[in-house]
Amino acid sequence: MTTALLTDITIFVLALLVGFEVISKVPATLHTPLMSAANSIHGIIFVGAMLIAATANNALGYVLAFVAAAFAAMNVVGGYVVTGRMLKMFRRRTVPPPASQPGQAAADGQTAAANGSGSRA
Amino acid sequence: MSTFDWIIQLVYVAAASCFVLGLHLMNTPATARRGNQLSTGGMVAAIAATLAIIIHAGTISATGWIVMLAGGLIGGGAGLYAARTVQMTAMPQLVSIFNAVGGGAAALVAIHDYINLAGRAAGPAESITITTLLDVLIGAVTFSGSIIAAGKLQGVISAAPVTFPGSRVVNMSAAAIAAAASVYLIITPSVPMLLVVIVAALAFGVTMVMPIGGADMPVVISLLNAFTGTAVAMAGFVIGNWALIIAGALVGASGGILTKLMADAMNRSLRNIMIGGFGTGDGGAAAVVGPGGDVRSIAADDAAIQLAYAQKVIIVPGYGLAAAQAQHAVAELAGVLEERGIEVSYAIHPVAGRMPGHMNVLLAEANVPYPLLKEMDEINPEFARADVALVIGANDVTNPAARRAGTAISGMPILDVDHAKSIIVIKRSMASGYAGIDNELYVNPKTSMFFGDAKTALTELTAAVKTLVG
Repeated sequence: MTTALLTDITIFVLALLVGFEVISKVPATLHTPLMSAANSIHGIIFVGAMLIAATANNALGYVLAFVAAAFAAMNVVGGYVVTGRMLKMFRRRTVPPPASQPGQAAADGQTAAANGSGSRA
Repeated sequence: MSTFDWIIQLVYVAAASCFVLGLHLMNTPATARRGNQLSTGGMVAAIAATLAIIIHAGTISATGWIVMLAGGLIGGGAGLYAARTVQMTAMPQLVSIFNAVGGGAAALVAIHDYINLAGRAAGPAESITITTLLDVLIGAVTFSGSIIAAGKLQGVISAAPVTFPGSRVVNMSAAAIAAAASVYLIITPSVPMLLVVIVAALAFGVTMVMPIGGADMPVVISLLNAFTGTAVAMAGFVIGNWALIIAGALVGASGGILTKLMADAMNRSLRNIMIGGFGTGDGGAAAVVGPGGDVRSIAADDAAIQLAYAQKVIIVPGYGLAAAQAQHAVAELAGVLEERGIEVSYAIHPVAGRMPGHMNVLLAEANVPYPLLKEMDEINPEFARADVALVIGANDVTNPAARRAGTAISGMPILDVDHAKSIIVIKRSMASGYAGIDNELYVNPKTSMFFGDAKTALTELTAAVKTLVG
């Protein structure tokens, strides 16, 4: 048992706990984008694929590095793009806004809120 | 540590923080997109830092560069294409494929590392071997298991539980061989034996997912997601990179939480799901009240009258709605009702889809504003105030039999649809749901059945409401 391993285990356990804490606050509405976002995050294995491409020095090593890089790149690029695509669909009000009945106070409040967050979205 | 190493490590810390904050921002739909952008930023930084390491070290061969860039471009292109073109109904398959390639890449990193170390005179140290083997095992199981799951979701492989006499034995043998070969490898470095571990782990992944039925897919995808995360974290142990460990742990936590939520929503233990065979309708289910009562069917015009003169309507969508591609049709009907000032909301059961939160995405795509999508605990008290509950393609999650002991779904949390003043169920036939039992909701005196394909039925209903209110 080395100190390095102990440090790695400490980081792993703490990150797991942080993960539980942060993710338990995500509403059920967003569970599919959440899983997709988590998916993109594990695309960080691309870093591992890059590092093995850098140390490979024979045919087998290159094949492994190539497949790993292709898999990981598909994971990371696809994951982020599809998560973004999904999140773009979540709107507070229907777009374009329904022309009818703008008189209701509740509807007005929601429209205003949508405009506020709309500039960011 | 040189200044260069310091900077690189700090960039990795920043990247990991971006992942955590990105996930944190997903706690509301309003900030979720920013979260995803932040997370993307972290990823770009981590990859840039790694490029810097490789250039700084200067030991990479020309072939190494070509392999890395070609792999990155081909994989990235494929991912981009898939992400841009995928139908939202096919989202679970895509997530499964991403699980597969993520787990596969993690396993390959460990395999490469092991072969390198085993080639040296001293052989790899025990602690390195253990994490390397865990990475190979989990990664390979995730890879083959996720591909089978994606095949089942896509309909390429039968979604029904696939079992044969002795399938459990094959599954257990694969696990035993993988475990035994792993123990051997910890004691004696051997590349051929590594191959045995890989093959056995792949076989285990296949035989693990094959017997699981289509309705249990939300749990399986979540579980495989947790596996991929763990495999990536193990890869972090192998190559000594904290960013991978943190990212992997976050995904592991996310997958773990979702697995538990999904299993709870079906009131089944993980063990029970993994053993599989559920949804075959092959008995085991206790005897239940048959459709003894009268089933009342209703015509479009009558259903339209009920809807048009209601004050509050709750729509209960199930996977049948998505299967019939009726998300837009239901959104249109809801729009017509809302124009009349009727309060419309959607009651979403946690397993109303093929993956966690799937139904929400499908309705969001159909332009349904997210504040109208209500979670089970939030909407259940509201059913009593609803004039009409419109159930479309949902079955077991509305069955009041779940409240009684002794049925196949006893104890499963359900939507309290039967508390509504009246209920309209759009359904193709009286066929039972995945649990293989009759739905007592259908014989409730307050219930009217509107038989037909969800999309056609909804279009008819919308037209009828429009004619009615002119």
